[in-house]
Amino acid sequence: MGEARILLRSDAVAAPGDPAEVERKLGVAELLWNDGFVRKAAIIVLLAALWEAYGTWLDNPLLFPTFHDTVVTMFDRTRDGTIPLRAWASLKVLFMGYGAGIVLAAVFTILAISTRIGTDFLETVTAMFNPLPAIALLPLALIWFGLGNGSLVFVLVHSVLWPVALNTHSGFKSVSNTLRMVGRNYGLRGLPYVARILIPAAFGSILTGLKIGWAFAWRTLIAAELVFGVSSGQGGLGWFIFENRNLLDIPAVFAGLLTVIVIGLIVENGIFRTIERATVQKWGTQS
Amino acid sequence: MAALLDVNGVTLRYKTSSVVVTATEKVSFSVDRSDRFVLLGPSGCGKSTLLKAVGGYLKPSEGRMRIQGREISEPGADRMMIFQEFDQLLPWKTVLENVMFPLLMTRRLPRKEAGQRARAYLEKVGLTRVVDSYPHTLSGGMKQRVAIARGMAMEPDILLMDEPFAALDALTRRTCQDELLQLWEETKFTVLFVTHSIAEAIKIGNRILLLSPHPGRVKAEIVDVDRVSGDDGSAGRLEQQIHDLLFADRATAH
Repeated sequence: MGEARILLRSDAVAAPGDPAEVERKLGVAELLWNDGFVRKAAIIVLLAALWEAYGTWLDNPLLFPTFHDTVVTMFDRTRDGTIPLRAWASLKVLFMGYGAGIVLAAVFTILAISTRIGTDFLETVTAMFNPLPAIALLPLALIWFGLGNGSLVFVLVHSVLWPVALNTHSGFKSVSNTLRMVGRNYGLRGLPYVARILIPAAFGSILTGLKIGWAFAWRTLIAAELVFGVSSGQGGLGWFIFENRNLLDIPAVFAGLLTVIVIGLIVENGIFRTIERATVQKWGTQS
Repeated sequence: MAALLDVNGVTLRYKTSSVVVTATEKVSFSVDRSDRFVLLGPSGCGKSTLLKAVGGYLKPSEGRMRIQGREISEPGADRMMIFQEFDQLLPWKTVLENVMFPLLMTRRLPRKEAGQRARAYLEKVGLTRVVDSYPHTLSGGMKQRVAIARGMAMEPDILLMDEPFAALDALTRRTCQDELLQLWEETKFTVLFVTHSIAEAIKIGNRILLLSPHPGRVKAEIVDVDRVSGDDGSAGRLEQQIHDLLFADRATAH
């Protein structure tokens, strides 16, 4: 029987004056390109350029105004206060419906995780109502709540409630058993348990639900305003679009649509991205 | 002196969708203060189930379990669990906040003192450098150390460890075992430790309860385990003896 021998190598000792490359600074271009915001801005600039090119080539402002005309109109209408006023009218109703929808979704999901019959209830009603387009309820809502914000809020709640409840509930269900046991180990139960363990652990899914709910609500609202427009003398963005189409002021129609898009982009990339960066990305639960 | 933890004739059953499984049958043992009590057995002997029952997550269908004379009926912070899974840390809290969390939730200490105690225990496990990091940036071994610090900071009656090092690589596992023993030397806490590794049981424990599988029954109790050492080969001999004991009936069954 022989013995194993250890042969020492000097590779691990860095030679003086020749340090091994462990870290390298990235170049400016590479750094910029790594920023999601820069990449997305580049895509938007490209799309705007395509729009401008097609509009100029078509040369028919009644069918397809150029990007330049649209932006000028948007700027004018913003300066004279029309667009901000209309956008605010829309957003006000949206916040009411979105808020009410989230509160209801919270109540439903808390019921669903605390009792088995609650789970069955949530799963059944979500399966029933989630596929139903919110806008299909509008005629009914008009009969029930009249021509006003009540009807709008009703359809908004319908469009927010189900996706938020569904995502939150599936998020709660996928919280790992270990984390549940950890929470109970400290004597947490009931609402503190939900608030301290389940909600943060399922935050990624909840945020997804909130994003989907937001998008559903926004598009439902604009569509609903297009259908019946004015309520209490002050229409929203949907009505602004409808009104200007009737006046054949197509650049203004485009300006209205662009405003809808811009608000959507701001909420998605500004608000939701910031929340994501400060929570699920920082915690490493979502990349 | 009455035992710290007294488990008396405990039978544990749980239901799956179609059958009732008996995990352990009439298991009795008692753990004294400052014991390093190891539950050892092959998979299927119900050792983890037994630990969860002591943790209060399961109710025994027979027998009783008492800690400091109190009947165990639900989970509580007097019995801190340390799990095998790395996701036992709350990912939305930093290392320091994780250790403080149970102290604050049970209103054991006000925030300031909780912070001080958490730092003290994190220093004991050698993690002062990462107190403000989030768990996902840590290695597996570091996560388990945080979990141990979190358990110890509560200064519970007993620490319940469910194969805490099983998911670690071999080198880290050895370091963690040594550190656990070092910590025990310092504070002499009581620990109930579950493992399926004979070597780990001998290294960690001063008493070992040997369980046989399907259903889990007590096969033997080994005391004065800390008298053996690896230097004179006595640990190796004990390991062989335990191995033979565990596989004795398997040889006759085949």
